[in-house]
Amino acid sequence: MTEFLFFFEVVLAGMLAGTMYSLVALGFVLIYKASSTFNFAQGAMVFFAVLAFVGLMELGLPFGVAFVATALLMVAVGYCTERLVLEPLMNQSHDTMLMATIGLGFVLEGLAQAVWGVEVRRLDLGIGDFPIPWLVDNLGLFVSALDVTAGVVAAALIGTLALLFKYTKMGLGLRAVADDPGAAASIGIPLKNIMLAVWSAAGIVALVAGMLWGARAGVQFALVDLALKALPVLIIGGFSSIPGAIVGGLIIGVTEKTLEVYIGPYFGGGIEGWAPYVLAIFFLLYRPEGLFGEKIIRRV
Amino acid sequence: MIMQRTLRGAMVASTIAAALALPEPVVAQETQYFPIASSRVGPYSAMGTGYYGAQIDYLNYVNMNGGVNGVMLTWQECETEYNAVKTVECYQRLLQSDGQKIVVFDTLGTPGAYAVINRMRDDQVVLAQYGYGRTDAADGTVWPWVFNAAGHYWSQIAVKMRFMAEQEGGVENMRGKKIVHMHIDSAYGREPLPAMRGIAEAWGVEVVEIAVPPPGLEQQSQWLQVRRERPDWVTFWGAGSGMNSTGMTNAARIGFPRDRLIYVTFGAAEEDMYPAGDSAVGTYAMANALPGRDYPLVKAIQEQVYGAGQGNLADESRIGSVYWNRGLGAAVMWVEALRNAQEMHGKVGQPVTGAEFRDGYEALNMTEARLQEIGIGGMVAPFQMSCEEHGGAGKFAVMQWNGDKFVRVGDWQEPLDPDYIRQLITESAAKYAAENNLTPRTCP
Repeated sequence: MTEFLFFFEVVLAGMLAGTMYSLVALGFVLIYKASSTFNFAQGAMVFFAVLAFVGLMELGLPFGVAFVATALLMVAVGYCTERLVLEPLMNQSHDTMLMATIGLGFVLEGLAQAVWGVEVRRLDLGIGDFPIPWLVDNLGLFVSALDVTAGVVAAALIGTLALLFKYTKMGLGLRAVADDPGAAASIGIPLKNIMLAVWSAAGIVALVAGMLWGARAGVQFALVDLALKALPVLIIGGFSSIPGAIVGGLIIGVTEKTLEVYIGPYFGGGIEGWAPYVLAIFFLLYRPEGLFGEKIIRRV
Repeated sequence: MIMQRTLRGAMVASTIAAALALPEPVVAQETQYFPIASSRVGPYSAMGTGYYGAQIDYLNYVNMNGGVNGVMLTWQECETEYNAVKTVECYQRLLQSDGQKIVVFDTLGTPGAYAVINRMRDDQVVLAQYGYGRTDAADGTVWPWVFNAAGHYWSQIAVKMRFMAEQEGGVENMRGKKIVHMHIDSAYGREPLPAMRGIAEAWGVEVVEIAVPPPGLEQQSQWLQVRRERPDWVTFWGAGSGMNSTGMTNAARIGFPRDRLIYVTFGAAEEDMYPAGDSAVGTYAMANALPGRDYPLVKAIQEQVYGAGQGNLADESRIGSVYWNRGLGAAVMWVEALRNAQEMHGKVGQPVTGAEFRDGYEALNMTEARLQEIGIGGMVAPFQMSCEEHGGAGKFAVMQWNGDKFVRVGDWQEPLDPDYIRQLITESAAKYAAENNLTPRTCP
């Protein structure tokens, strides 16, 4: 294997990993767009959604039915969150909302394990995680069908959501709510409906992300920690930007893989856990709004 | 005189009558209290539910059969979530109950063990590290209250390397080979390295260390390094089924043969293999307690405890799984140590103190005959403890995953050079003693 081909493979692996991070980050962006709150419960929502999906399949539901049922369940979670958590805390500070999402995360983690049990489940999507023979034979690249699927799904989801929020009434309303909830409500924008729609969308994104991660690593509690992978993605891409989620994901993926392979051995390895945060700190220092985030200008 | 006799007779009669009228004196049931510092939720829940589930099942089984010489076993559970801070909290909470102190503590994890290890001496509690934890605790002169029975990590890596050598046709064929040690980036992941580096140097083997940051769900860059290094073997030292299953799927993605991949005991459970599906087939894994339901004790627990609806596992099919059998092995040692302690200190039918329990633990002599008698012959390797030797058998068995279950490969094996491992332990323990101004005790 030539060194250049190896480097290309490292970069490609980073991009593929980055799309997986983007899927998780996307859920955060949706909530942030609507409420300017970092939803600490997003990792728990990923776990909750995919565990429910696998649990329903174990009860005998076919794949499609289980998917729809879980999507509806996530809408119900969104509804309950809106009614029981967000509405009573409306007009409270962002810190209060942040703490509420931390609490929500613990509730979802506990509830999921109480209902479906704690055993690790296998999720077979029928998509192989083995190298595609043609790519191995002709290009010497070890890329699996699951990698390709994750990339396509992430791109499709992000494209759909970007269009939805740019060209629909709901998207416009969402932007208004994000800018100033009070003003948006005063001109008749249905705040509650928008919040419900956003939390439901974030729940469905969590389900898709959980399915792809679960297919690779098993459906298990460790999926909750994916939230930690999404944080630097959001800082770099911008908390409120849907395209930023994918660009940030790609940057983080490529950076962490190249640093791990080429610099990691000098530090005893394992640097990809913290290296993305170093990059994120640089962004916070020099471009705190991220690459695609809105620059906040305040009057002094 | 007659008067006196009549009076005495009347007194005796009245005493007898009074005695007959009283309710029967209540004889308090003697009990021995055990802590269950379980981890039933969180990323290591599969491990915790199986391991601690088996311990509770065995304690129940012992009670159903009259206790230990009539002493009934009681326990309290506390959830640690495999978190070192919460382990300390649980230790404090479980330390005493109804005026009785614990005599043993089992964290089922190196981080938790390190968090409480220095309290054992003061509290006079045995830290029973069943195949995990601080390795040099095998030196009982420096660590009188800590045991790592059922083998420690230095023995385990030595047995792994012995297995590799056997597969290669002998130690002489290992010269020039390359082994990747892929491990979680923690003290646990690095624990085997002193022994591994020493053996590798002696054999002329190159060791490449590759760390995976926790929780280990992303390993692409590490496996790309494996692809570039082209090692002959990979030893995988993971934690949690997420990291462990991801290791195998990534090995499959780069086409690394699974029959060149050997997992540590904490990656060697069915729950680690299932999520990886076909990618797991052929992977080797180490065992300090073999899985299976055919052992008489396992069958008896299933019949008696689960038959009575008192089983601890929610999913009965996990009886006989790797973690359940490992927990059973650990609990059997507790009970055997308690039995020894009662006999050694003339307290048959009575609870024992931590110091007495420690003596009982050091007197453990689990011969093949005794293991057969208990009903776990073949499930664990025979071993003997002593005042100096707190490391147990140091033997491990290699298993291979066939897509459905583990198949045992070969017999229980010890390191090729156990004296070298013991020397490492003695040196490390002596260094610890010197650094902490401890005077090693003198064993008889």
